[in-house]
Amino acid sequence: MELFYLSAHEAARLLQNKEISAVELTREILKRIEQVEDKVKAFVTLTPEKALEQAKAVDEARARGENLGPLAGVPMALKDNLCTEGIRTTCSSKMLENWIPPYDAFVVRKLREAGAILVGKCNMDEFAMGSSTENSRFFPTRNPWDLDRVPGGSSGGSAAAVAAGEAFFALGSDTGGSIRQPASFCGVVGLKPTYGRVSRYGLVAFASSLDQIGPLTRDVTDCALVLQAIAGHDPLDSTSADLPVPDYLAALRQDIKGLKIGVPKEYFGPGMDREVVSVVRQAIDRLSDLGAFCEETSLPHTEYALPAYYLVAPAEASSNLARYDGVAYGFRLPGKDVVDMYMKTRREGFGAEVKRRIMLGTYALSAGYYDAYYLKALKVRTLIRRDFDQAFEKYDVLVTPTSPTVAFRLGERVGDPLAMYMSDLCTIPVNMAGLPAISIPCGFAQGLPVGLQIIAKPFAEEILFRVAYTFEQATGNFRRWPEI
Amino acid sequence: MPLSREEVEHVALLARLYLSEEEKEAYTKQLNAILEYMEKLNALNTEGVEPTAHVLPLRNVFREDVVKPGLPREKALKGAPATREGQFEVPRVV
Repeated sequence: MELFYLSAHEAARLLQNKEISAVELTREILKRIEQVEDKVKAFVTLTPEKALEQAKAVDEARARGENLGPLAGVPMALKDNLCTEGIRTTCSSKMLENWIPPYDAFVVRKLREAGAILVGKCNMDEFAMGSSTENSRFFPTRNPWDLDRVPGGSSGGSAAAVAAGEAFFALGSDTGGSIRQPASFCGVVGLKPTYGRVSRYGLVAFASSLDQIGPLTRDVTDCALVLQAIAGHDPLDSTSADLPVPDYLAALRQDIKGLKIGVPKEYFGPGMDREVVSVVRQAIDRLSDLGAFCEETSLPHTEYALPAYYLVAPAEASSNLARYDGVAYGFRLPGKDVVDMYMKTRREGFGAEVKRRIMLGTYALSAGYYDAYYLKALKVRTLIRRDFDQAFEKYDVLVTPTSPTVAFRLGERVGDPLAMYMSDLCTIPVNMAGLPAISIPCGFAQGLPVGLQIIAKPFAEEILFRVAYTFEQATGNFRRWPEI
Repeated sequence: MPLSREEVEHVALLARLYLSEEEKEAYTKQLNAILEYMEKLNALNTEGVEPTAHVLPLRNVFREDVVKPGLPREKALKGAPATREGQFEVPRVV
């Protein structure tokens, strides 16, 4: 197999055994990027010089016999809404096109400490608002499995980079499915950790009660390895959980005998592609064969999650994005007075979908409509949480498709916001309830990857890894890579 | 239609966004389609249900009030479109 398609833990082993140097491995990835990036367009910014410098430092430290982190020398990519000191962080927006953060995000610092090597910042839907990466203000990213199709979004660049062999792993962020849906479209593993498991310090805020950072990886072991590196309490994010971080690698056991798995019927009904449903059903049969007890269940408020989310998330976004006014950072257009400057700056700086969501959120929070829309949505959010609480009294995990369809064609949904929003039908309820969920490859439909979503109760990432790992080891054949 | 074109203009002002005529047209149509879809929520009885603004059982998170080094002024100002004498510069406000 090509070096650039090794998993991160395999690459790390080669490095530890000194079978390859970090500089050699980084060169390999940079060469791969050169070969395929014109077609895939996963990156907004590439950092080859910095990467080679960092790789050299890792090699020198290893030669000195220093104790290095488990990811030391492994090239990675980051979604471009994670602040990197000295490297521009654009959110794929004109508003931040030339903004260079003065500090690293918590997760970036953690990965630097672990020795991972940053090769570039990944394209995304502007400010993480979208499901296809077509809302990037720069260019769309393409799905490595079929270049006429979208990679999903909003972490589409991160998913495509991992699938195309342009990085061994990447980080994304997930507010309504933005890690899991692109992972599913690109045939990689994607995890949204429990809300609070990973510090959001240095993640450009979209909807603060829903946002969470997580890994996109080639396999489940890598996913555990990366979560291990980035999880934990951070005083700079008051919502990060002050709880011990378990040993996630120890959770990778091939054993799901006797586990109780709920299959919520609402995720298999109208709006779901038949072929996707059939592939996911086969995966569930496989879990039964492996000794789990699978049973149909119900989360009755599922259909209300999407409308409630599209009130809550835009409301929070309209408030969070008020800071882009041309004063403290980013883009500015001059105006005849300060309000004129704000309004011109925001007209030019934001793209269509971001403006649409700011409008929707501002409306939902405005006098006279607050109770009817925003407060109503928050109450529905409680009902969605209760559904999950009840289900987890009975089941260890729940399984569903990750997205209603396989990757759709570029341009297919850009004119119809609601059709685009439907792509997150299966992932949004998880964010509303703050739960952890993983998407793993579980087969193909129309030659394109299908994702299986596994959901657990808060801070139960270990059981996600256990189920995902058992399935992955039993069905290794889904670990295929696209030919580009 | 729950949302008129005038309301769209009002909301845009609240959000500090200039909209072109085409945008006003498009957003009126699209926001109405989205809000009509939201009407679905009214089918649910939520009387007596507590709202969830946040999933964690957190209230206020306090820390000791001790002086610690923060972001130096030059670094904080570096990303600003305009600065003068160590401060952010904006058009005249008063």
